[in-house]
Amino acid sequence: MPDLAPHRLLEADGTLIADSPLPVERVADLFRRMVAARTYDRKATAMQKQGRLATYAPFQGQEAAQIGATAALDPQDWVVGTYRDAAAMWDHGYPWVNLILGRTGDERGGCPPEGVNVLPPSITVGAHMIHAVGIGWAAALRGTGAVAMTFFGDGATSEGDFHEAMNFAGVYATPTVFVCQNNGWAISMPRERQTASETIAHKGVAYGVEGVLVDGNDLLAVYDVAQRAVAKAREGGGPTLIEAVTYRIGPHTTTDDDRRYRPDAAVEEWRLLDPLQRVRAYLAANDAWSEEWERAIEEAESEAVEQAVTEAEAMAALGPGDIFDAMYAELTGPLQAQREASTGSGLDRT
Amino acid sequence: MTERNLAQALNQALDVALADPDVVLLGEDVAATGGVFRISDGLLERHGANKVIDTPVAESGIIGAAFGMAVAGMKPIAEIQFMGFSYPAYDQVISHVSRIRNRSRHRFTCPMVIRIPYGAGIGAAEHHSESAEVIYAHTPGLKVVVPSNPYDAKGLLLAAVADPDPVVFLEPIRLYRAVKGEVPDEAYHVPLGLADIVAYGDDVTLIGYGAMMREIRRSVEALSAEGIAATAVDLRTISPLDTETIVEAVRHTGRAVVVHEAPRSGGLAGEIIALIQEHALYDLEAPIARVTGWDTVVPLRRAEHHYVPTVERIVAAARKTMEG
Repeated sequence: MPDLAPHRLLEADGTLIADSPLPVERVADLFRRMVAARTYDRKATAMQKQGRLATYAPFQGQEAAQIGATAALDPQDWVVGTYRDAAAMWDHGYPWVNLILGRTGDERGGCPPEGVNVLPPSITVGAHMIHAVGIGWAAALRGTGAVAMTFFGDGATSEGDFHEAMNFAGVYATPTVFVCQNNGWAISMPRERQTASETIAHKGVAYGVEGVLVDGNDLLAVYDVAQRAVAKAREGGGPTLIEAVTYRIGPHTTTDDDRRYRPDAAVEEWRLLDPLQRVRAYLAANDAWSEEWERAIEEAESEAVEQAVTEAEAMAALGPGDIFDAMYAELTGPLQAQREASTGSGLDRT
Repeated sequence: MTERNLAQALNQALDVALADPDVVLLGEDVAATGGVFRISDGLLERHGANKVIDTPVAESGIIGAAFGMAVAGMKPIAEIQFMGFSYPAYDQVISHVSRIRNRSRHRFTCPMVIRIPYGAGIGAAEHHSESAEVIYAHTPGLKVVVPSNPYDAKGLLLAAVADPDPVVFLEPIRLYRAVKGEVPDEAYHVPLGLADIVAYGDDVTLIGYGAMMREIRRSVEALSAEGIAATAVDLRTISPLDTETIVEAVRHTGRAVVVHEAPRSGGLAGEIIALIQEHALYDLEAPIARVTGWDTVVPLRRAEHHYVPTVERIVAAARKTMEG
């Protein structure tokens, strides 16, 4: 049975309470990545308010849960996540420009460069976890050594496909790492009403899958459990279910008003447990942080995101013919006729 | 050339397909027992447990896992035991399998085959006799194939496996062992998207696919005895439809009867009739008839014969068009 106390390495004040799995320089780099992710998240939220993006799902507060996990992956590994996993996707190579394009409402957002093993974010809740099982299974059958890591929320564990994914992963011992970011809320449904299970990590027991509970706001602890799960998967030891306990600081999406269902006080409590602050304090105690340095990386990352925004907004929208062109490898006869009708060069019949 | 029934032709096609290191066959009971219809009989012994894989009873899991395999570069063939059991997997099909190419603008693809036995006529239990093909034919991003004879079954299945996009491959349950024909021993493809004209006549055109082709062939003979010469079209692929062959075959006679076992309302016959009127209304000599299953749940064994279209109904409909 999983330990009921979440694994922790950094206290909220940044005190390291056991050996760090990473050298300080690497922690500083991961901190830079968390700052980049938060910069993107803020910018995207602001852009949505300006009407430049469609609905946006902020991930503020979950940076350590995502980047701590993907930091354990190699480039050949896969990430299969959701609309709230932009930090994980970006950390594994998915460019900001694709993430922004996707949120402007453009299918080309789903087309990261060749070699980036990250699927476009799943919008339906829960159906994608089994994809990471299939990807891992394929890697095992072909002996590539690749591992598939999938991200999902506490709400997704109520979906039937969570059960099927965990069951398949257990039966075939696929190299799959399940990362549940238990952020307390599925839109308006609190975690305690989502499942009567004491923890989500416990659900692994029923599938013969190791479950691990970790403080999701502790970068080092998340990395620690993730790298163990990834190494185990790569060595043929099968899947792991990681429950990263964290909190959704923002609303479900920019169209949600979370004050309708939760008190500000609860959010404020979690703000004090900010995952960036914890690493900042740790780095400062190790003489590896300064205000100027953080301001400099913030500016550099802000610039990078800004450039991506400019690039995305400069792209002309898909045209009336383009919407047909990625339905199949080759246009079918009926689609060819419909394409001609759509572009005004043919009759409106198939 | 060897004479084989449809089930044997499919078994041979799977055997050939599995020689590709990227192809796996997975589904409930496909390995140890060779499938509930024994279509994969002997393949576990020939190809091993990493190629022919028994899965837990979880249709969504089977299709979702196969999706992951396909995205990662393999070519899975997933079997769903009966069409009536395919619905739990439909979310995976419509939300992911059929659209990953479009939602990634060709960056990720899903070259997989979903084999589903369909149709009534063997007196099976409830949920074992469904003809829900229109659900798949109506889903953009899929191709839907239905063979009616052993030769096409092998060639279409191998073409489906080679296709770069997801193909739903529907197998007419009651023809598995009821039709025989010469099937080449070597590999060959019957192209997807092409209908076949299986009878030539000048008076009326019968259009159908899959299990109904047996009734259509018998109807051609019955009509011939009455002096009515029928053309018969076997669609073979119901998405995308072969508009050109359908329209030419109807133009030739000016009369048409469209046949399917699936319920009538919203069925493929309506789509085919719409195509014909868009392209060939002024060539028609009579209103187009359709002979279909009724808008009822498929009746159980004892009343099944009231539901499945018969030669009598098809012949009567053809006669009626001759009056027009």
